[in-house]
Amino acid sequence: MKKRSITLTAYFLLLFVPIYWMVITSLKTDVEILQSFTLFPRKITFENYREIFTSEVWRSSFINSITYVLLNVVMTLMAAIPAAYAFSRWKFRGDHHLFFWLLTNRMAPAAVFMVPFTELYYMLNIYDTHFAVALAHCLFNLPLTIWILEGFMSGIPKEIDETAFVDGYRFPLFFRSIFLPLIAPGIGVGAFFCFTFSWVELILAKAITLTEAKPVVVTLTVGIGAEGVKWGLLASAGVLTIIPGILVVYFVRNYMAKGFALGRV
Amino acid sequence: MRQRPWLFLLPTLVLMSISAFIPLMAVINYSLHTIFAGSTPEFVGLQNYADVMGDAQFRGALLRQLTFSLLALLIEIPLGVGIALCMPRKGGAVGLSLVLLGIPLLIPYNVVGIVWRLFTQSDIGVIPRFLAVFGYDYNVSLDATDAFMTILLVDVWHWTPLVVLLAYAGLQAIPQTFYQAAEVDGASAWKTFRYVTLPKLRSVLTLGLLIRFMDSFKVYSEPLLLTGGGPGNATTFMSLFVARKAEAYELGYAGASSIIYLYVVIVMSYILFQFINRSPEERRA
Repeated sequence: MKKRSITLTAYFLLLFVPIYWMVITSLKTDVEILQSFTLFPRKITFENYREIFTSEVWRSSFINSITYVLLNVVMTLMAAIPAAYAFSRWKFRGDHHLFFWLLTNRMAPAAVFMVPFTELYYMLNIYDTHFAVALAHCLFNLPLTIWILEGFMSGIPKEIDETAFVDGYRFPLFFRSIFLPLIAPGIGVGAFFCFTFSWVELILAKAITLTEAKPVVVTLTVGIGAEGVKWGLLASAGVLTIIPGILVVYFVRNYMAKGFALGRV
Repeated sequence: MRQRPWLFLLPTLVLMSISAFIPLMAVINYSLHTIFAGSTPEFVGLQNYADVMGDAQFRGALLRQLTFSLLALLIEIPLGVGIALCMPRKGGAVGLSLVLLGIPLLIPYNVVGIVWRLFTQSDIGVIPRFLAVFGYDYNVSLDATDAFMTILLVDVWHWTPLVVLLAYAGLQAIPQTFYQAAEVDGASAWKTFRYVTLPKLRSVLTLGLLIRFMDSFKVYSEPLLLTGGGPGNATTFMSLFVARKAEAYELGYAGASSIIYLYVVIVMSYILFQFINRSPEERRA
């Protein structure tokens, strides 16, 4: 038992060394970063953070990212819940093929779709909007969420549906008051993955935004280059970009634990 | 009544046709034409495909990609299972461990790039200083092996936690009685793992294998930000290759290589997918 917790602790330490390095870099002055090698900042400075918070570009791109990520989570769940129900409860012509076709989109490399997305969204007049990014991210989030939810739903016996109908429940009421609460952990896990993949995605978000909906991940890459690399600034932007993710895991951790206890991800 | 499944699938089908089907048709359309900015595309049939297949750079990128994905899976899956076995099964430590494991997964790709640039940069990084102690001259921007291994290390660092989470979910689903039975039978720790734990993990591990295969095959931002695909072509993986061609507006060529790329991923994933479906415990179990 002891050996296990030592291994686990060692793993977590290794996992967090690079992150620790970024955090302390963000608190150093540019001079200290370049001219010395210190495991802890000699003099902690919040100058880099101040620069980000006072910059309109950084602030708006943070808001852009959060907007389209949340929009994507909502869109994905609204479409995925009924679809997963159909796959888990009914047999219909071509269901296996359709399921696999959906999954192939999870495999599609985003680089492949860069150009057609740009052209399509120009044509639909939604280029450079939050909606466009949320829509594009459905490409990989929707199949994954259907897959996850289908697993959870199939774990719930069909008899529950049948009993409810015999008891005179209409479908919408049954779905809302009996079925949804039963798969709540699944929805939590699904939402977690949607948030994750949409928040971290770079290629498509970069290709279909210009200024209005420019996400923070793109602003970050712009920060590289120009007048030499501002490592401290980049590091602090990185730290700030991680925070929403940490908050999300923290809030869904109970759902995750429950979802994992059910043995389905 | 027959229409009901389709009614439920309608939102999905609408979303997927806009974000997947139409763009895919567009890519296929590009792949059959020679396109130059400013002039009308000319239909050339399968010429682009022939060009792509005959291109040593494309074949190099594909081979590099396969090597990368294979190595990533060989490291991440066993390591992930090993760590999952060390995870606490109940109590307050579970929540904490899950949160810690979730954090690397939630770091945006380009921040991963930043984290590792800071970590591996030859003038300010930790790794070069560390390896210099052992007399090894580490340089991502000059040495091909260093660059490849660094991208692999980043992938292992970033995505092993996902495998841990999946394997952990599988472990949690194994009833304690199985282990008690094994103990009564006097099975060794290894035999218990081999004949009780591993078979039960099979479906969840195949899922992990599939997700990691698909995603490692799409690796893009890490080489873009850390090595720029170099030195030479040492870290030019498939996505980077295709994106370069698309950015150079060689749409016909980019389209054809995309389709071949997609085809390889789908075929390989299909084989794995069949493997799940045929497993003794049904996929829906």
